[in-house]
Amino acid sequence: MTRPGKRAEIVVETRGLSMHFGGVRAVDQVDFALRRNELRCLIGPNGAGKSTFFKCLTGQLTPTAGEVTIRDHPVAGAEPHAIAGLGVGIKTQVPNLFDDLDVHEHLWIAARRWHPEARTRQLVSQTLERLRLGDIRREIVGRLAHGQRQWVELGMVVAAEPWLVLLDEPAAGMTHEETARTAELIREINKDATLVVVEHDMQFIRMISETVTLFHEGRILMEDTMEAISADPRAREVYLGHRA
Amino acid sequence: MILSQDLRGTAILCGLAALFTLIAPGFLALFTIITLTQVIGLAILALSLALIWGYGGILCFGQTAFFGLGAYAYAVAATNFGDASVSILIAMAVAAAFAAALGYFAFFGRVSDVYFAVITLTVSLIFWALIRRTSGPEYRIGDALLGGFNGTGAPPLNLPWNPSGFLFPEQTFYVAMGALILAYLFCGWLVRTRFGRVCVTIRENETRAELLAYDTRLYKLGLFSIGAAIAALGGVFFSVGISRVTPDVFSLQQAALTIIWVIVGGRGTLIGPILATFALYFLTSSLGGQVLLNTNLVLGVLLMAFVLGVPRGVLPSVMDLGARRRPTGRRGRRRPRRAAPAEPAE
Repeated sequence: MTRPGKRAEIVVETRGLSMHFGGVRAVDQVDFALRRNELRCLIGPNGAGKSTFFKCLTGQLTPTAGEVTIRDHPVAGAEPHAIAGLGVGIKTQVPNLFDDLDVHEHLWIAARRWHPEARTRQLVSQTLERLRLGDIRREIVGRLAHGQRQWVELGMVVAAEPWLVLLDEPAAGMTHEETARTAELIREINKDATLVVVEHDMQFIRMISETVTLFHEGRILMEDTMEAISADPRAREVYLGHRA
Repeated sequence: MILSQDLRGTAILCGLAALFTLIAPGFLALFTIITLTQVIGLAILALSLALIWGYGGILCFGQTAFFGLGAYAYAVAATNFGDASVSILIAMAVAAAFAAALGYFAFFGRVSDVYFAVITLTVSLIFWALIRRTSGPEYRIGDALLGGFNGTGAPPLNLPWNPSGFLFPEQTFYVAMGALILAYLFCGWLVRTRFGRVCVTIRENETRAELLAYDTRLYKLGLFSIGAAIAALGGVFFSVGISRVTPDVFSLQQAALTIIWVIVGGRGTLIGPILATFALYFLTSSLGGQVLLNTNLVLGVLLMAFVLGVPRGVLPSVMDLGARRRPTGRRGRRRPRRAAPAEPAE
């Protein structure tokens, strides 16, 4: 397994990416590059633009200006299904589920997009086991607790076997134990896939992070390891000062 | 196990329907048989809406547009070509093609649900207004006069490839019930396929389905067109029942009734709206026989009662009650024991 080195190919890149809402520059001229098998966390205070940036990557927003390329495909303004169709697994900020359907159906639909019937069945049972969702596989998702719903979303991502995974706040609202398990799972996913994780739970980021991109006022303020960012006075000022 | 239970229920249901169909002409008056044929047409219309609304989440307020289009296309084709079987296929194809064109603009233009409902209703009402103005000999397609307000004649069904072998009303009734059963089985099969299951996820959460890399626009377009073809089939039987098709197939009244049948019968089921169609149709006609209460008033009160009291419709609520009564029922048994290992369900 190749770890992210300077020489690994760039799989996600943005150039001059901007997203303006009226006069608000939520994302402003962002140049960003992600290499294969990287595990990258996007952090920043509320309103820093990390979630907007994320939505530009997933096609939920059409950027005002700039380019986004995923594996050499220009995807700025592409439909979400086209971006996901490149083999990208996406988990949105708010749990985005099929509330009247059961857990099994969620995983089945996610896997069936890519695989024939038999392989889908295999993947679904693997995922149920891996995410320990076996007990609740026939439960209607609308009746599950928040943490479990987050796991079902992660399960859908895992079941589709994406090569690139984009997660927006995967640990939001989870208990300590759940957060730890999520971190463990993300590290596991990272064995085969490249990841971008938007988070603002610092504990969680310390558990998983390799490189962290810090957003501030719509721009990238710095990009470094969590230790370096924690030690940086600018970063402390915009973000960590009142938290860490 | 779940599937076999499903299948057994469906088989019993279809068996009962077939049995009723075979013995009905023996004890029912001819007039009732003809009415029943028409109601079967309406039930197929309700089924088509149950499919696209109940399973695909596409609220089409003007499903009657395809119902009426099918009826007129059948009448015109059968008048010109003489053969009913081909004409039925033409009617379904015309409706599906029109739905595909309409749906293309709506779904690919990302028209939101409410606007979509309004647009489809408007389309149906435009047809209604247009076709009412087609009286006079200049409005003809081949040999078929459109007939304006009075409508046009819908030729009776015939044996396949034998245009002179007309079917009697009883036989038409058999064919209609056969078509209803087939359409029901087809829809039941469709919602269990990959296509159908994706459509259900779109109903639940379109954004999420897109993020799973499904092009939801295509799925909705496909389902909408299939629904239109089924509605057209309903239109055919509705009109051959009385050998006539009038502009009222497109009317606001008919469009609203179709929605009511699906709401009362229960969205998310296929049989519910079919049964509701029969029940409410005969309720309406028996109300028409008395002068104490206004029929529309009763229907209105009924609709309000359902929307407020039983918003999910009769069948899903009854099924829920059944499941709650029996703790060892389907639902209880489906839940695996704690710490059960993950296993494939199919």
